[in-house]
Amino acid sequence: MTAAPALGADNKTEVPLKRRLRRAERTRQVKALALVLPLLLFLLFTFAGPIAGMLWRSVEDWEVRQVLPQTVAALASWDGKDLPDENAYAALASDILAARAAGTLAIAAKRLNYALNGFRTILTSTGRNLKAVPEPGTARETLGRINPAWRERATWTTIKDAGGPITGFYLLAALDLTRNADGAIVAAPPDQAIYRDIFLRTFLISLAVTALCLILGFPVAYLLATLPPGRSNLLMIFVLLPFWTSLLVRTGAWIVLLQSKGVVNDSLLWLGIIDAPLRLIYNRFGVCVAMTHVLLPFMILPLYSSMKAISPAYMRAAASLGAPPLTAFLRIYLPQTLPGIGAGSLLVFILALGYYITPALVGGAADQMISYFIALYTTETANWGLASALGAVLLLATVLLALVYGKLVQSQQVTGGMKN
Amino acid sequence: MEAGMVTPAPALVRFSGIQKTYDGEHLVVKNLDLDIRKGEFITLLGPSGSGKTTTLMMLAGFEVPTHGEIYLSERPIKNVPPHRRDIGMVFQNYALFPHLTIAENIAFPLSVRKSSKAETQERVSAALRMIKMETFAHRRPGQLSGGQQQRVALARALVFNPQLVLMDEPLGALDKRLREQMQLEIKQLHETMGITIVYVTHDQSEALTMSDRIAVFNDGIVQQIDRPDALYEHPVNSFVAHFIGENNVLAGTVETVERDYCRVALAGGSTVAARAVNVSGAGASTSLSVRPERVAIIPNGNSSEGPNRLPAKVQNTIYLGDHALAVLDVAGNAEFMVKLQPGAHHGLRPGESVFITFRPEDCLALDPV
Repeated sequence: MTAAPALGADNKTEVPLKRRLRRAERTRQVKALALVLPLLLFLLFTFAGPIAGMLWRSVEDWEVRQVLPQTVAALASWDGKDLPDENAYAALASDILAARAAGTLAIAAKRLNYALNGFRTILTSTGRNLKAVPEPGTARETLGRINPAWRERATWTTIKDAGGPITGFYLLAALDLTRNADGAIVAAPPDQAIYRDIFLRTFLISLAVTALCLILGFPVAYLLATLPPGRSNLLMIFVLLPFWTSLLVRTGAWIVLLQSKGVVNDSLLWLGIIDAPLRLIYNRFGVCVAMTHVLLPFMILPLYSSMKAISPAYMRAAASLGAPPLTAFLRIYLPQTLPGIGAGSLLVFILALGYYITPALVGGAADQMISYFIALYTTETANWGLASALGAVLLLATVLLALVYGKLVQSQQVTGGMKN
Repeated sequence: MEAGMVTPAPALVRFSGIQKTYDGEHLVVKNLDLDIRKGEFITLLGPSGSGKTTTLMMLAGFEVPTHGEIYLSERPIKNVPPHRRDIGMVFQNYALFPHLTIAENIAFPLSVRKSSKAETQERVSAALRMIKMETFAHRRPGQLSGGQQQRVALARALVFNPQLVLMDEPLGALDKRLREQMQLEIKQLHETMGITIVYVTHDQSEALTMSDRIAVFNDGIVQQIDRPDALYEHPVNSFVAHFIGENNVLAGTVETVERDYCRVALAGGSTVAARAVNVSGAGASTSLSVRPERVAIIPNGNSSEGPNRLPAKVQNTIYLGDHALAVLDVAGNAEFMVKLQPGAHHGLRPGESVFITFRPEDCLALDPV
């Protein structure tokens, strides 16, 4: 009886109470936002912006559209079944003359050459030999005479495909795919199909490095988590030491150690264990060793923090309940380190996926990872579209991995809670 | 259990000349000899650092005695690793495995013993029934309250029918009400299942509530092992008298000793008769121990001679609900407590002079503090 009025009063004030709570929370949220705002803006300009730009560049197709605008417009209504009509030839001739005058023909030539090898020659020779606008009605004939390629359907399909404004060309190329003359997606010719291998290689090297880091890092992290504070601090300094030296210095040190006249080979020769220097560097072995060394702290630290949280009482409890040390380790200790193993492995794997300097310095030609090619296309050949597409594929793979990991961790935390 | 009380059963556990040192300089446990009978509930009671937990850890196998031997069912176990000792243990912070459900936690000791699936399931449900937590089988420890976690830890330590169950301050993290409830539950389990329990605590009221026998530890030595009532009524030294229950101490000098009794001169010139428990002889200094409930206050003016009659000055009265305490200044002890029945303290005012009296048999002459 006495509870009823109180309950009614509660119901009456519920809505205003919620609103008041929201208002109070809002002030707090605004304050929190103000605290992170500078970093947020910084990240927006230096991280989110460039990534968005990269994703856009991987599908953007502007060169042909800008250099040969009339041709692109004329080809818009072309069904692609036969050669285009006289209008398209006339538009192309006029475009080429204009582009030549403006000096922009090479831009379109470069883009079209990606799609069809030899297109650069077709376009430049046409540009060189086309002196004036052809008489009306003779454009097809004139161009065909200058270069017979203009009598082929594939030449025109290539221009139409590259007409933009958006293309799947680069993304398909990054996956060793292409479109044939009919517009169907098919495997790229073998001499151009290199990226799947490179992605596979990148994943394999990253996996190997992650596994090595886990095998080497787990015992160290365990020691760190169980030693008395004084000695574990000392050990922690050794673990963190690599962070305080430059990546280049550390990679350089591996070159000194592993080269054919390096410390390791000389010692082995001197000890008589080997007769000729071993090839330890500029191959897969050197890449894995150097990358494992650089990435080891990223494995040890998450492992350490998860192990530090495991009370020694658990192992004692397991022993008192009759579990031999190995059983107790496998059934009680190891499962509790799984979040640390997951976080460390994901961190190392994702960092390894994007590694550039170390494989570039200590790897051979067959050990270059995807970032090497991304760098190559951005800085050497200025093929931004392909560089961005490779980056986008790498980003997608990384995001998928992170999502899978998040799902695993979440399901681990949720099970049991939701049951019953 | 039927054997534990009446006739002395053979010792299940025997500590023989156990010494333990961690640093090679100080002995944490000094020459421990202790027998634990089958079916007994024995408590190791003492302040922190007295060696009680170390003793328990040596029994569990997590610490190795520096000297001496421990026997479990007549078998020396110094070199037996913890997982082969067949001793269940309940830890202070429960130590429930956080990644396993309640049912999996309880099944753990059975599964490492390779019990059949059917038997495991049956015993786990029986254990869950015992602690009245059948509906919690698939929860994780993190979703349980402290008291529930402690029940699960208890069930896990009992489910494989160990010869012996050790409990290391298992109720230390619970609030007072829950602690008292759990004390009764553990006591009930002990009585219905007839298990042998070695219980470590620093809480003397917990020890008195639950134990068949209590071993009082101080400074690495067992001061006294006895039934709770015997410890309270017949402490062998000042430490035990002070540690078990409330106690008033009066410092004095032994004048004469006559068989079981002695006369002791106190500060202020009075003398009292006391039971000579732990005094070396006439002229020795001694500490008298008097329980607050064994002292009566004689209102001022009434001057009939009692055997032990001391002048006192009222300092204060403290109301505690079911009873009240008078704090008096008696023979140099300014915090002499006297337990009053409710309502009986009304006449006392701070500063008032009164007399107190107690029987010689309620006053123990012990070693000087």
